[in-house]
Amino acid sequence: METQTIAQEVSEKTAEPAKSPTTEVSGSEALLEALIVEGVDTIFGYPGGAIMPIYDALYHYNDKLNHILVRHEQGATHAGQGYARTSGKVGVVFATSGPGATNLVTGLADAQIDSTPLVCITGQVFASLLGTDAFQETDVINITTPVTKWNYQVTDATEIPEVIAKAFYIAKSGRPGPVLIDITKNAQIQKFDFAGYEKCEHIRSYRPKPIVRPQYIKEAAGLINSAKKPFVLWGQGVILGSAEQEFKAFVEKSGIPSAWTVLGAGAIPTDHPLNVGMLGMHGNYGPNVLTNECDVLIAIGMRFDDRVTGRLDKYAKQAKVIHLDIDPAEIDKNVKSTVPVWGDCKETLPMLTALVDKKEHTEWHNKFKDYTRQEVEQVIHQELNPTTAEMTMGEVIKQLNEITKGEAVIVTDVGQHQMVACRYAQFNQTRSNVTSGGLGTMGFALPAAIGAKFGAQNRTVVAVIGDGGFQMTCQELGTIMQSGIDVKIVILNNRFLGMVRQWQELFNARRYSFVDIESPDFVALAAAYRIPGKRIDDRKDLPSALNEMLNNPGSFLLEVMVTKENNVFPMVPQGCSVAEIRLK
Amino acid sequence: MDNQEIHKQEYNITVYTENQIGLLNRIAIIFTRRKINIDSLNTSPSEIESIHRFNIVINESEDVVRKLTRQIEKQVEVLKVYYHTNDDVIWQELALYKMSTDVIAEKVSVERLLRENGARAVVIRKDYTVFETTGHREETDNLIKILQPYGLIEFVRSARVAIIKNSKGFNSKLREFERLEPGEDVIENEYLNKGQKVFTM
Repeated sequence: METQTIAQEVSEKTAEPAKSPTTEVSGSEALLEALIVEGVDTIFGYPGGAIMPIYDALYHYNDKLNHILVRHEQGATHAGQGYARTSGKVGVVFATSGPGATNLVTGLADAQIDSTPLVCITGQVFASLLGTDAFQETDVINITTPVTKWNYQVTDATEIPEVIAKAFYIAKSGRPGPVLIDITKNAQIQKFDFAGYEKCEHIRSYRPKPIVRPQYIKEAAGLINSAKKPFVLWGQGVILGSAEQEFKAFVEKSGIPSAWTVLGAGAIPTDHPLNVGMLGMHGNYGPNVLTNECDVLIAIGMRFDDRVTGRLDKYAKQAKVIHLDIDPAEIDKNVKSTVPVWGDCKETLPMLTALVDKKEHTEWHNKFKDYTRQEVEQVIHQELNPTTAEMTMGEVIKQLNEITKGEAVIVTDVGQHQMVACRYAQFNQTRSNVTSGGLGTMGFALPAAIGAKFGAQNRTVVAVIGDGGFQMTCQELGTIMQSGIDVKIVILNNRFLGMVRQWQELFNARRYSFVDIESPDFVALAAAYRIPGKRIDDRKDLPSALNEMLNNPGSFLLEVMVTKENNVFPMVPQGCSVAEIRLK
Repeated sequence: MDNQEIHKQEYNITVYTENQIGLLNRIAIIFTRRKINIDSLNTSPSEIESIHRFNIVINESEDVVRKLTRQIEKQVEVLKVYYHTNDDVIWQELALYKMSTDVIAEKVSVERLLRENGARAVVIRKDYTVFETTGHREETDNLIKILQPYGLIEFVRSARVAIIKNSKGFNSKLREFERLEPGEDVIENEYLNKGQKVFTM
């Protein structure tokens, strides 16, 4: 046990036919062996009564499995998400039964809607007590069914190897997602003959990748080649499919202006000449307006979220739509496609690239440039070079980005700062923008940044968080303290729940209903967790404070007081067409 | 929206699945989260061991049904989903009617009743008799109307089962699935109700 894993021991025994090919292990040990074979190095979790046998077994595995003790199970799921998003691997979470498991729900829902691969292991009461309202018993399987890609309750240790193999396969294949495995305490304790662990590569009823139909690729290429104003929208599917190179090759050959969803950011660098900006409610002016002017719309690995499309009945009605997606259920779900291209875009994009003509679309690109000019004049210039005494969120992001040269992983929470960060950060690398897209989970950033750092240990990880969201999961400062991880934290404090306040200002006649939020002394709070920090409210201190933060060898909290009533523009108001995007 | 309302009609959704605990819930959630009422739901083993067949009837527009079908098919344990209008399927429902034997013997011309309604006596006991009919809703409803005046004691109707007219059947594909990778039985929870001496901590 000290020198080799049980799996190795089993395989050695198997090599010698004289000996028995199995080893007797507990369900808990089988689980940990399975995780090692799956390449897991970090687990985020919190122990409790019903998962104690697994934690007991973990005691002997601390040289192979790094367990990070979070301060709340929600933090464990977000950390697992951050880890998965930066590393491309599966995030792993442990939690106990009852409240431990119910605390996972927010993170599971977030991972489900953002297609993040997670495997969550929850302990459960003894099988003989199931359904008796036992201490810390909840029906975890039924609670988590709507927010998982798959879940399963293990009541017998012999199921563990196969179920864990399935869990990892399902979590990471096809359109990724979270999986929850609930293991009763008796199954964790039960000893059984462990015949080794085999990864799962096939499930009879599960088709993770639809079969690519070449005739649709041909039709799509035909449409693209005849288009005068083609427009590419890309989403996280490009990153999840590790198809960044294939995507770049496609846009560079076809010369089509390309815009991204929040989760697609960074798949090609922000300053790539064919990258025309961000889509959606707070996206850029040109991409939104010109969505309703293009003749062929090519959507790649994105799901036409309502924050992207605005009013659907007025969305790109003039365009023929080509939709590339790995999930057949996404095609025609919101926007009816002219040519559906089912499949993994890592496979379909090269096929398409081979058939499209090399073009430049100069005139069409100039239209985007015109809109960019207008947006710079009316919005961006003011935001990034304010003349007011108070700092704006945009200038903080801009300076942070300049100092980190666009190489940092930026983890954002939810709200105005998130939209500002997505709009103004320059991402030179893929897997750099970690944020809660679909669920919009306040409290996401701090724990996700912890996970993101474990997933990308050689990169600078900066969590950019609002004063509201920070207070939802700020107890994870304790996790940073204990794990000694290096996470830079920037709190953009506007003393408001800014995004809600913006809506109240614009749509509710400035009736500011419960958006005025008071905060503790964040720097003192960090100090209580032995994390150095600084608070600034003067522009002239910004560069030195950012440098001090980034040069600090470990974590650092920088609180920046920003202007109170600033709005994020442009904006597509709720219920409006993308072409009705407002600059002010 | 109005347009969709007009095109609402009954659809028969056929789902082939693994025999897996909890899958019914996963499938049901797909309907409930969209606030769609399931008019009829039947699930039973198919002709292949370990594969189950669901028959779900809802009243919706085709667009909605198509999207639902894809969401159902997305579930890991679902092999295949089809949807059909009533014109595309042959369907039946089974109905059982419990009557007082005395009343039936005294007041009803049983022979005529059975013949005219295609009914069958399943059980005849001193105290009660159970009739059975199968057919479409109107047909089974008809017998209720006839029996009601004589004191129908209990009535029950099954969910709809349907066979697709224009299909060579999923049977051969299912057999192919089974041949390539035979299904495995879900391990039963052998610890339940054993009352073993255990503690929760």
